[in-house]
Amino acid sequence: MNFTLYSYILSGNCYKIRLLASLLGVEHETIAVDFHPGGAHKSEPMLALNPAGTLPVLVAGDLVLSETQAMLAWMAGKFDASGTWWPQGDADRTAQILQWTGFAGTLTATIGDLRLHTMLGRDIDVDRARAGARTALRTLEAHLAEQVLCGRTWLVGETPTIADIACFPYTALSGDAGLEHDAYPAIRNWLYAVRSLDGFLTMPGIHALHELREGETDHG
Amino acid sequence: MTPLERAREDWYPVEIAGALAAGQTKATRLLGQDIVLTGTADGSVTVTAGGEDWPVCVAFDHVWTSPSQTPRPLFEIPEAQEKERRFVPCGVVRVKCSPLRAVENFLDIAHFPFVHTDILGSEPYTEVEPYKVDITDDGAEVIATKVKFFQPQAAKSAGGGIVTDYVYRVPAPMVSILYKTCPPKPDAQDVITLFVQPLDEETCDVWPWMALYDYDSTMPELIQFQQMIFLQDRSILENQKPRKLPLDPKMEIPTRADLTSVAYRRWLKRNGATYGALTDAA
Repeated sequence: MNFTLYSYILSGNCYKIRLLASLLGVEHETIAVDFHPGGAHKSEPMLALNPAGTLPVLVAGDLVLSETQAMLAWMAGKFDASGTWWPQGDADRTAQILQWTGFAGTLTATIGDLRLHTMLGRDIDVDRARAGARTALRTLEAHLAEQVLCGRTWLVGETPTIADIACFPYTALSGDAGLEHDAYPAIRNWLYAVRSLDGFLTMPGIHALHELREGETDHG
Repeated sequence: MTPLERAREDWYPVEIAGALAAGQTKATRLLGQDIVLTGTADGSVTVTAGGEDWPVCVAFDHVWTSPSQTPRPLFEIPEAQEKERRFVPCGVVRVKCSPLRAVENFLDIAHFPFVHTDILGSEPYTEVEPYKVDITDDGAEVIATKVKFFQPQAAKSAGGGIVTDYVYRVPAPMVSILYKTCPPKPDAQDVITLFVQPLDEETCDVWPWMALYDYDSTMPELIQFQQMIFLQDRSILENQKPRKLPLDPKMEIPTRADLTSVAYRRWLKRNGATYGALTDAA
């Protein structure tokens, strides 16, 4: 097995690791951790593995990772023969990808928190999270709209990168938190592009694109 | 009797049994009213609403309460006595929809291939074969039997695709119980329930519970399988308009596959159990 992922099925951060693994065809083992209702991510064995008490945790031999950006970069670096998901050699491009994987943390802290509140009843500062989530979605929309004007689909460059995978889950799941995508056409277009990728994987709240049968059109 | 008065005579789940430590409190809502739960030294819970103590009982791993001092008797699940089953409370999920819509969705199998793709259903196996729906002689329950459906992964314990037999019971307006083929034990049936706590007419907390024959899966795996299924439904439920369940047959057109839903809606109407329902065409 290439790695073991300690995972919670409803977590967008756990999902992004499973999603990239699926896109790259990387086999792995998943261990379900009872985040809700059990709170098992704060249990002693999990804290021994990851003192931060967060999920996911990726283990590959002696390597233990608890930051999703690091996991995405590791997986792409190790298993992506094409070298396009985490391209090296162009400092500007690498920095832009890091910029957006960092931004994914903002999405988690705003949309992710709001979703935990509306779905699982977590006690949070709702006004702060909602305002932050709107700002984050607007930032993303503005960038993607600019990319579209340049004839591009993805966050950085001409092909999908780990930046897209990092930002995809909580953007796609914002409906769970009561934030619809109606006002964000560029985001909708980009979400559709990610869902169209070969090897795409769903999670609860993110549905598969319905396959069109021969003779059907997009509008029929 | 108003729909609210009718609804106040039933029991509702408000917490998992044993989840509150002694002295620990939790504020929640039931039928539009704020209530406070407090854990007691003997592992039980007290429920108060505006200074008034409400009755409490523990059943199926959950704490139940009622605004009425003389509620209707809580329904029974005989399988809860079978000690060799694994009992799995799955936690709570909040959904912005009528509590009745949450129950109705649970009764529907036609959506499996489209919402629970490659798990509870898959294309092209979308046909719902004819099945049977009855209301028990005493009028107390809706029961659907002889429901069959092809499922790629019917349960956590299922190794591959099987035709699954289903039986559905609705023993109270905001409770649904299903019995389905148990992959590792073909002579028995798994029991999966949806207990719904109505916060108000358009918001509910849903407490799924299971009584299974599955000795291989870990508890987190069982819980997450059920959460995965229910959360696939949640985004659909939150987008159903109107939020309340329409009981006027002119408002939503049923097909033959919706027989259980039709019987459920009629039964609600006949019983005056219309808290969370739209009774007139808007």
